[in-house]
Amino acid sequence: MSEQKKQSEDELLEKVTSTEYKYGFTTDIESDTIPKGLSEDVVRIISAKKNEPEWMLEYRLKAYKSWLEMEEPNWANINYTKPNYQDVIYYSAPKQKPVLDSLDDLDPEMKKTFDKLGISIDEQKKLANVAVDIVMDSVSVATSFKDTLAEKGIIFCSISDAIKDHPELVKKYLGTVVPARDNFFSALNSAVFSDGSFCYIPKGIKCPMELSTYFRINEAGTGQFERTLLIADEGSQVSYLEGCTAPMRDENQLHAAVVELIAMDDADIKYSTVQNWYPGNAEGVGGVFNFVTKRGICHKNAKISWTQVETGSAITWKYPSCILKGDNSIGEFFSVAVTNNRQQADTGTKMIHLGKNTKSTIIAKGISAGKSDGNYRGLVKISKGAINSRNFSQCDSLLMGDKCGSHTFPYIEVKNNSAKVEHEATTSKIGEDQIFYCNQRGIGTEAAIALIVNGYCKDVLNQLPMEFAVEAQKLLEISLEGSVG
Amino acid sequence: MLQIKNLKAGIEDNQILKGINLEVKAGEIHAIMGPNGSGKSTLSAVIAGNEDYEVEGGNINFNGKNLLELDPEERANNGVFLSFQYPVEIPGISVSNFIKTSITEKRKAQGLDPIPTKDLLKMMREKMELLSIKQGYLSRNMNEGFSGGEKKRNEIFQMAMLDPKLAILDETDSGLDIDALRIVANGVNKLRSADNATIIITHYQRLLDYIVPDFVHVLYNGRIVKSGGAELAHELEEKGYDWVTNEEDKKWA
Repeated sequence: MSEQKKQSEDELLEKVTSTEYKYGFTTDIESDTIPKGLSEDVVRIISAKKNEPEWMLEYRLKAYKSWLEMEEPNWANINYTKPNYQDVIYYSAPKQKPVLDSLDDLDPEMKKTFDKLGISIDEQKKLANVAVDIVMDSVSVATSFKDTLAEKGIIFCSISDAIKDHPELVKKYLGTVVPARDNFFSALNSAVFSDGSFCYIPKGIKCPMELSTYFRINEAGTGQFERTLLIADEGSQVSYLEGCTAPMRDENQLHAAVVELIAMDDADIKYSTVQNWYPGNAEGVGGVFNFVTKRGICHKNAKISWTQVETGSAITWKYPSCILKGDNSIGEFFSVAVTNNRQQADTGTKMIHLGKNTKSTIIAKGISAGKSDGNYRGLVKISKGAINSRNFSQCDSLLMGDKCGSHTFPYIEVKNNSAKVEHEATTSKIGEDQIFYCNQRGIGTEAAIALIVNGYCKDVLNQLPMEFAVEAQKLLEISLEGSVG
Repeated sequence: MLQIKNLKAGIEDNQILKGINLEVKAGEIHAIMGPNGSGKSTLSAVIAGNEDYEVEGGNINFNGKNLLELDPEERANNGVFLSFQYPVEIPGISVSNFIKTSITEKRKAQGLDPIPTKDLLKMMREKMELLSIKQGYLSRNMNEGFSGGEKKRNEIFQMAMLDPKLAILDETDSGLDIDALRIVANGVNKLRSADNATIIITHYQRLLDYIVPDFVHVLYNGRIVKSGGAELAHELEEKGYDWVTNEEDKKWA
């Protein structure tokens, strides 16, 4: 990092002295950065830096060409200044040995960062059955529990490693659920993704531990383009946790991730996310733009369950979806989306029923506070062949104060008359009477709001693994601090 | 324990309490009766610190503290308990979780560590028995889908758990059938001690058959217009509120 840049960064940090965002700090680690802007050359540089095979470069270039022909979507109920894509740095990697043999070799600065997050690696290692693959500025720097997983034939590594070591799997599945051309952001991601995770669970194997990845943006102006590919082979089971926090920045940071899940016959994937990117300050300055494409495909009797707790980002554009291709497959979506101050979120899910007797459940809980805007957008599509399919959707909104907004956009398309689709929606406010009742029982207003909000989100939080549920509860409290005065 | 002097309070420009004077000592049970709209519930809300009501004058002293200067949660943590006329639902929060939070906050205010879960559960079981509460109740969500009687019993259960110095029972008898009334009254009687006091706010004399008050006050038009012993309640039951209110109306005519 240049001296000049370092200085301006310090100034930035000084300017933003607010304590509102608990995770606002940067880690002082030297980075290897390429010039900003996007061109065919940049795509080639990224691919070269990662020593990728020719087929991968071809994939990226094709995606880049598609992206050039596409337009940034306008249909979401969010207002923002579109990023200047030539002003973004598309690759940044810590200048050190990318993969460590053991966590003990980790840079002490990085260790400190995780300590500040309250999720130290030491703790992580002690935590029962949690393997951690840390992504710091786009390159995995530490991978653990690999041996335990290897014994079962489970592959859990960075996507870069997978491209090198398991090209046949990556080639076969990458882009099959989310094609590069799917949308503007998936095309961008496909062209420039720098790292992410890869996971393969072999036939009949039940993954013996929760897999988790902590993502973190660290370089000023660096976009984070994560790519995740998870394949659960026939009859296998896996629970994957993804959580992220970002340091405070007084500029917009672009984030366009793609996650693809493949659940083969009888497989079961549970994918949980806690998202806490920097939301911008109270006036809405700065904050991460989060444009995410997450989609999974279910083959026969398979099940994919998405759980998300979204509290961060200035802009959230995210619709984790399920394609229920196989007969008797099941898709689930459990979501808590919190917006405060000037945050805007347009999030929901798509459940595409193709197979017979397919089932989907949607539980979406929105919480809007401050001057924020929370939107639920969901599609339930039951195709002609999806005989006896069922969907249940419940979309609730909780408003705090009278300056926030909340909208629900449910789209339902049913093409056969044997299907059963139910949709329930409620909008409520935290009542003064509820707060007073808690007060009268000795519970202060902040704690009362936290309690009421946790109760409201219970159905979703219950879906999270235990240690994540506790973290998510804390996050909800932090996110809503000072939202009722 | 509690001294209320010339308390005046209301909502916006509408004065409801027009000068209340009341003294409650430890070990005593006071009943406050009166027709609808006389200000009974306002009095309980103001003592508990409901900010919907504006205090325009007077003061409330509670064990040497100026109650009006304290936030509602501070009042609670100092030992003031209000059994709500209309208990509020808190979806998704179990009775046990709610009570645990409540007790933890109270202990925090007193500088104490949280009570061990094992001890808390034991205490809950004891108090459930006292109030004939069935198993499975602790995991139900606060007042969600509770019948009127269950809600009131839940209030008294919290009272038993929190062990307040001053309990105000606001229309606890409304919505209770005779069996539930007996159980609730029985619970209140068992919780009675020389160190605590109870104010029962009620429209009817019925509850006072089971909980015998030391004093009965009649509230009318924002003032206590008549005070007496337990026999006053019976007299009111016989003669109706008109007996007191007509006299009062004449005085102010």
